[in-house]
Amino acid sequence: MSERIDPELRGSWTFAIRRYLARQLPLEHLLPERQPAFVRSWTYVFGAITLAALTWVVVSGAVCAFFGPQWWHVSPQGRFFNSLHFWSTQVFFVFMVLHLWAQFFGAGWRDGRALTWVTGVLLFVLSIGTAFTGYLSQENFDSQWIGVNAKDAMNSVGIGAFFNVLNFGQMYGLHVLLLPGALLLFVVVHILLVRMRGVVRPLSERSER
Amino acid sequence: MRGSRRSVDQAAYYAGVRMVPYDLVKELVLALAGTAILVLVLAAVLSSPDVPPVTIQSWAQADPTGFERTAVQELQGQSTSAQYGPPYNHATGSVQSFGFIQPQEWAGVHLPVDPARDFVLQPLQTASAGNPQLASALARYRAASPGQRSSWLDAYAHALDKATVRNGQVVVPPGSYGPMAEMLSNLLTIARSGALDGQLRSSTRFYQTDFTRPLLFLGDGDYFAGLAQEQHLLGSQWGVMNETGSYPGQTWLWLYTMWYQIPPYNASSSADLLVILSMGVLTVALALVPFIPGLRDIPRWIPVHRLIWRGSDR
Amino acid sequence: MDTPATYFHWGFILISVPNGALILGMIALFVTALLAPFPGHRRHHGSEEAPTDE
Repeated sequence: MSERIDPELRGSWTFAIRRYLARQLPLEHLLPERQPAFVRSWTYVFGAITLAALTWVVVSGAVCAFFGPQWWHVSPQGRFFNSLHFWSTQVFFVFMVLHLWAQFFGAGWRDGRALTWVTGVLLFVLSIGTAFTGYLSQENFDSQWIGVNAKDAMNSVGIGAFFNVLNFGQMYGLHVLLLPGALLLFVVVHILLVRMRGVVRPLSERSER
Repeated sequence: MRGSRRSVDQAAYYAGVRMVPYDLVKELVLALAGTAILVLVLAAVLSSPDVPPVTIQSWAQADPTGFERTAVQELQGQSTSAQYGPPYNHATGSVQSFGFIQPQEWAGVHLPVDPARDFVLQPLQTASAGNPQLASALARYRAASPGQRSSWLDAYAHALDKATVRNGQVVVPPGSYGPMAEMLSNLLTIARSGALDGQLRSSTRFYQTDFTRPLLFLGDGDYFAGLAQEQHLLGSQWGVMNETGSYPGQTWLWLYTMWYQIPPYNASSSADLLVILSMGVLTVALALVPFIPGLRDIPRWIPVHRLIWRGSDR
Repeated sequence: MDTPATYFHWGFILISVPNGALILGMIALFVTALLAPFPGHRRHHGSEEAPTDE
């Protein structure tokens, strides 16, 4: 480090963290008003659409969680919000997978962006787990059948008693709190990593990985 | 050089690249508006799948003979649940393993389920209060030797093949079933009334959210699987990615469910374990693509990137 | 929408119309995103984007 540090602040954790953030993530990186000119493909918008769909998943899910499981089966308003939750989830997955395809074919992990890719795959896996517990929490024939079949898969790897897919209370808690919490945390990490490093340069122009 | 300093320093990284105005926030707001309209229209026009759950009651009403046959299998110890193994009991019927990898055995029994007692005898015991005929039938069953019980059960199981249904009750030709006809017709009665659903759920607690026992019982019968087959939900029908009705399912699980359709998975009694192990390896490989030579070079060989960045590298 | 879907069967592949439509739609969207011109700024066929830091 060539930069001079006030000797009194050596060893200050607060200062170290602030200096790190200021260097890694200045506001102009967090909310840049310009992008490289090569950013001119519709494939770049898949990530933003995924994030938008996730927003509606969370909003519709929060409304369903507020009114509780009976509501989304018996009242027309509940059915409608259940439908919003279902379709926003479908849209979320569609665009997440399109985003994955675009990042794969553009080798978006190059030039120090491997961790961004890894957190993206982790988000995909977390989303599958969150959706799975959601399907188990519907309280309809689909949930029953998925539960009865998935129990064999969970039991086969020895986790069936600790992650009991036939236990609605456990699946519902995971679905509305713990898994979305983890998902949103890693969404933040993923987006911060993207903003810290900026978009990757085109694949054909350099030989470096 | 791949130092972290360089990747952090965006100015250096984009040296020589023209920077043009690009409104990320506007993009996100437009995406929010667009997806809102899309999901509002889809929800309003297409609604969502919600096939009502099966209950023990609806099963007993729709298929009384099948219900009694499953109850007999529970008493015989021949149902899927009775022969399952960990985590429900110490049997081995559904234990999966791959060579020395036996996580199901290793995990042990942590959700004890005794199907004969939990699904049949205990509910009948409760129902026998105020029903002396049922109480004496149960007493006779309990006092009988294991050999005697199984001969009654076998005889009744055979009789069910010739059974007819009259007014919702199963009628079997006369035979030496001991107390079986009395016990099973009572079980059918409380099942048809909906009382058995409540008994299987509540156990000794007031509040409850655990449906392990009624779902295991439902899963032992053919009625439940028959409904699933009509909706293409069986594992052998790519059922993991299918949905009831005409809705899209969990299409993102296409690869997971594909393995169940092809050898060696589709012929294995440990298919679940093999598929999960395979998908685990593939998922780790996907996460580590940036580090795996060959895999990380695929985008170089398939020139989709020339379309993404067309015009930018001339 | 609550009537069971039609399914297509080719060899070991069994797929419902809604799932098939969704997957084809995704592929169509991806191809469209690759080919459709991106709005906003015009293309400059100059040398300003050529890498100079190699």
